[in-house]
Amino acid sequence: MSAATLYGFCAAVLVGLGLFGLLAHPQPLRKILAFNLIGGGVFLLFGAVARRGAAAGFGGDPVPQALVITGLVVAFAATALAVALLLRLMVAASQAGSRSDG
Amino acid sequence: MSFDIGLTLLVLAVAAWTIAARETFVAVVGFVAYGLLLAFVWVRLAAPDVALTEAALGSGLTGGLLIGASSRLRRSQSPAAEEAPGVVLKAAAAVLSILVSAGLAAIVLLLPDPAPTLAPQAAASIAATGLGNPVTAVLMAYRAIDTLLEIVVLLLALVGIWSLAADRDWGGRPDRRVSTDPVSVLTFVAQLLVPVGILVGIHIFWVGSVAPGGEFQGATTLAAMWILASMAGLVDAPAVTRRWLRLVLVIGPAVFLAIGLAGFALAGAFLAYPESHAKLLILIIEIPVTLAIAATLALLVAGPPERAQR
Amino acid sequence: MSLVLNVLSVLAVCAGAFFFLAGTVGLLRFHDPLCRLHALTKADNIGLGLVVIGLLFRAASPLTALKHVGVWLLVLLAGATVTQLIAHIARPSGPRA
Repeated sequence: MSAATLYGFCAAVLVGLGLFGLLAHPQPLRKILAFNLIGGGVFLLFGAVARRGAAAGFGGDPVPQALVITGLVVAFAATALAVALLLRLMVAASQAGSRSDG
Repeated sequence: MSFDIGLTLLVLAVAAWTIAARETFVAVVGFVAYGLLLAFVWVRLAAPDVALTEAALGSGLTGGLLIGASSRLRRSQSPAAEEAPGVVLKAAAAVLSILVSAGLAAIVLLLPDPAPTLAPQAAASIAATGLGNPVTAVLMAYRAIDTLLEIVVLLLALVGIWSLAADRDWGGRPDRRVSTDPVSVLTFVAQLLVPVGILVGIHIFWVGSVAPGGEFQGATTLAAMWILASMAGLVDAPAVTRRWLRLVLVIGPAVFLAIGLAGFALAGAFLAYPESHAKLLILIIEIPVTLAIAATLALLVAGPPERAQR
Repeated sequence: MSLVLNVLSVLAVCAGAFFFLAGTVGLLRFHDPLCRLHALTKADNIGLGLVVIGLLFRAASPLTALKHVGVWLLVLLAGATVTQLIAHIARPSGPRA
């Protein structure tokens, strides 16, 4: 078993762990964490495919690696938007709660 | 090989701990550690550019974002906590997760051998771009349209975050004002580290044309230095309506798009570079794009405006 | 000569790993936040320092060796800062509180 296959299995388990965390945790922030775990696993799968494509003097196929870099940046942007939505939701929910009490 | 097995077990253990931790803050700390270990895995997969991006962006900036969010959520604890799913639902989720993992593992085993790869084509055309780093060549020359769209997606996420401001804070400054304490240890570190960090960020961006690095990794370092300075209170977040701020944000994709459209005239296709000037054009694109991405990332972490404009 | 360098390098890295282990045990077993910080700084300063010394023996060029030392200095700076900040939160009124 080569290193690429081993990390491919690691990626598969990471996706499974993240999926379980996404379904099992009620708090939204934990769901965002689990979603990032799924993303990390998917990127790792890309990395294993890239490593198997090592040729022409490169350690890995550069095209999947560049795709993963793009994916990491977009995943960060999505996480930032999700966190901002979550914080705004908490503020709005607490304001609605205080208005209904008073 | 045994090293790889040990590293895989470590990554999976930290990931499982992140999922299983009871407190949210503990889970976020586990996530940051998991990100750094994942960067190590990327080095073992012979992808140093991705390792740099994962360590800086996936672990560093995302960790900062999540730590800030978890501390805010802890302060404003919602009294009616959502009910945790029952045992049956958790068991069903576990079965589904195991099935998905097994499916992906089967895909990994069934990957075609010999592996199809684009590395020879990438190596054949890299001399024409004048670059030495194949990943940068893919990002800026072969798949430049992906990079352009990615920068636009970053801007769209920022606009989405800005739109979440409360009505009275519209167009104001993000984040709370941190007053500088001149004898605080954080101020000292910020004054010491920020110039070094800016130098390191510019170096990582500059060296990305021939060695692992590039504009995203360098821009992340620059954004992190801004965040450090603003945490120490040395700089205040600008109001989001400031014209210079919006100019910095837009100039990256604008230059990219302009050179892309000029490709029609110069080389016959969108984002095509004439062969003799490819390196120069890529450099002209990369400098404003790095500045724009650094500003965008720092503002993404800062969040929506929370202080009304004066 | 290279055998001596390799042996020294392995010894230094193992010694550094021992200090990391000691620091981690201290982190898990000490009861006071300040004691745990003290244990962690041992891992940062001596542990990482010995690992860096072990890597210096194998450095490919003087510039690489300089980068290793630079990394160690940056980790020292970050560790010291975070230690001070955490200690200030753990005991805001200063020593002998």
